[in-house]
Amino acid sequence: MLSQKDLLGLKDLTAEQILSLIDGAFECKKLLLSDCKKSDELKGKTLVTLFYENSTRTRTSFELAGKYLGANEVNISVAASSVQKGETLIDTGRTLDAMKIDFIVIRHSMAGAPALLAKNVKASVINGGDGMHEHPTQALLDMVTLKEKYGTLSGLKVAILGDIKHSRVAMSNLIGLKKLGSEVYLYAPATMLPKDIDKLGAHVCRSREEAVEGADAVMGLRIQLERMNGGLFPSLGEYARYYGVNDNILALAKKGAPVLHPGPVNRGVELTPQVIDGAQSLINEQVTNGVAVRMSILKQLAAFRAANGAVKTANGEKNI
Amino acid sequence: MRTLLKNGTAVLPSGEKKCDILIEDGRIARIVPQIQITGGAISGETHGANHVKAQAADKNSNQVNDIQIIDCTGKHILPGLIDIHVHLREPGFEGKEDIQSGCAAAVKGGVTQVCCMPNTDPVCDNAVVVTYIKTRAEQAGLCKVHPIGAITKGEKGETLSDIGKMKSAGAVALSDDGKSVMDSRIMRLAMEYASDFSLKCLCHCEDASLADGGSVNEGYNATVAGLKGIPRAAEDIMIARDIALAESLGVPVHICHVSTYSGVEIIRSAKARGVKVTAETCPHYFILTDDIITGYDTFTKVNPPVREQKDVEAIIKGLKDGTLDCIVTDHAPHALKDKQVEYALAACGISGIETSLALSYTYLVKTGKLTLCELMQKMSANPAAVLGLRGGELKEGEPADVTVVDFSGKYVIDGEKFVSKGKNTPFNGFEVYGVVNYTFVDGDLKYKAD
Repeated sequence: MLSQKDLLGLKDLTAEQILSLIDGAFECKKLLLSDCKKSDELKGKTLVTLFYENSTRTRTSFELAGKYLGANEVNISVAASSVQKGETLIDTGRTLDAMKIDFIVIRHSMAGAPALLAKNVKASVINGGDGMHEHPTQALLDMVTLKEKYGTLSGLKVAILGDIKHSRVAMSNLIGLKKLGSEVYLYAPATMLPKDIDKLGAHVCRSREEAVEGADAVMGLRIQLERMNGGLFPSLGEYARYYGVNDNILALAKKGAPVLHPGPVNRGVELTPQVIDGAQSLINEQVTNGVAVRMSILKQLAAFRAANGAVKTANGEKNI
Repeated sequence: MRTLLKNGTAVLPSGEKKCDILIEDGRIARIVPQIQITGGAISGETHGANHVKAQAADKNSNQVNDIQIIDCTGKHILPGLIDIHVHLREPGFEGKEDIQSGCAAAVKGGVTQVCCMPNTDPVCDNAVVVTYIKTRAEQAGLCKVHPIGAITKGEKGETLSDIGKMKSAGAVALSDDGKSVMDSRIMRLAMEYASDFSLKCLCHCEDASLADGGSVNEGYNATVAGLKGIPRAAEDIMIARDIALAESLGVPVHICHVSTYSGVEIIRSAKARGVKVTAETCPHYFILTDDIITGYDTFTKVNPPVREQKDVEAIIKGLKDGTLDCIVTDHAPHALKDKQVEYALAACGISGIETSLALSYTYLVKTGKLTLCELMQKMSANPAAVLGLRGGELKEGEPADVTVVDFSGKYVIDGEKFVSKGKNTPFNGFEVYGVVNYTFVDGDLKYKAD
């Protein structure tokens, strides 16, 4: 069970805590798949999504997770341009606190923003993705999907291909999967590999083949067009040819190995349409599991809040 | 008014020596083993017993016939520190620091002369701003302030500022600190033109295209924290470029705040072949590594960024072997609001002038890396020599810029106690040795510890 006010990254969680969130997701999924998708476990609680970056699926997923559990839900979008000119993050957080919000899901283009917010609010802060740092709920839903498939997250070989450097998804998956005993194999253009990622226990591969050979799962990461304009790779066509996953590459993985992608997919770039729509693709299942695991997270944070009248924050003890 | 510093250990170029120092008319009048006071008359002897008749009522200080006697037993007497890389923020950013508060911080840190960087608002790129800074410094009346003029107008890197006029107004050097002059042709012209006025360019070395908006050192910790990294090459390339320009022109050049092991090596090899290059570093580069950034404490954000252990070691080696001439602070005070934001948005810089001596002593001298005499070379004599400033050593007849420090005095750094407006230090909680007791500028007591 979670023993902290916030969920900022998988870095802060033990293997047991990660597993308890995943197993909790299977419970929540039953509600999600039932006729009446409603419980009152979070009745009277309020969830705010505070997004400084565009998102459709993460925000909708959290919104539904809260609603299915009976919470009130409000969305706030902040234009990226106002980050530097507008109200400071700390002030925004204090304002939300004053409105008696229980949970804040924050997405921000800058690493550490959720940590900064968490230190300054009584509400529980959930990291919905911060810069190149972590995206813990995405990694958790990936792990739910893999555990559903294999029954375990121990001893798997997971290949992740794409823009590792700018991907908080890759970072959280690497940390989480390593904690649970799986191995992560990375392949990316050299311009998209973060420095010293091997020191976090990743296997950095020299080819697609090396990464995918015998893998229990293959994950593609979204390539953002602005990276190409920034010169990190020359063209989408070249990227697809040398770094993308097609049927031939996928054939090197274990038979039936699932294909994952955090979405949205650039069809024909990081994955070919055949792979996206093929039998091994669990991309839509990931989305379902995303709602389930976010329900699981909200329930555990709510339980922590109920059990702890006061928590230590950086600015001293506060009642939550 | 005369001041007698009794029974201290002076740090002289020849070594540490127990002696008495008499300050008279703003100058160091005598440095001798013993000075006797007999009924108001003062005589110094090379040998002999202590004949001070006047017994101090207060054991540290007493006034006898217009002579202030300060007992310096157990304390060191240093040449006033000279910090040639300081941001006083005035004019324009008085919320971060002003000349008064910056100078108060300086003398509290034992610093008697500062050179202030031109990235103010307006930029110090003309004689008017140079004169303004000097006037304000005189009004503050604490330490000596030497303005550094911008190399280019508005620090934009495009056209040369009024270099000659600034020199005439009192500028002692040129810098576009905060960034490099990215256009190599402009930089070359600046070095050539500045040499006509015997002004050195102090080069902030950072290739902007490689730094690319990064916040921290590129490496493992940047990856873990998800913060954008700045590669060493961003600094090294510009160090190499500015050395190449100076070497080809035969003019001197000074490299600011060296943070990389590879940068140290570039400077070392240039010196070996006779290039007139000098260089500085700061306490944070020989004490801290980027292990401190992963908690997103924005007080750790500084440009260039703190790097890794091998850099720390190379910088200490560079100080030891003379590759790095000076220890400066790059004192960069900021208002709290400039730091209480997302890491990527936070202002760069460390408020360092009050802790530089204690940190340097604790991490270089107490650890046996440098002798105290060597440290004083780095913090006083060499900075004076690099910019041709008067001062830098304790010498009879010279202006009495003198710092008295108790190196056995131990304390825990707490930025909240800084007199600087900038409380931004990554050294909070560090236990250091070196309490500044007294700071004299031109013989006047400008700071006295509580």
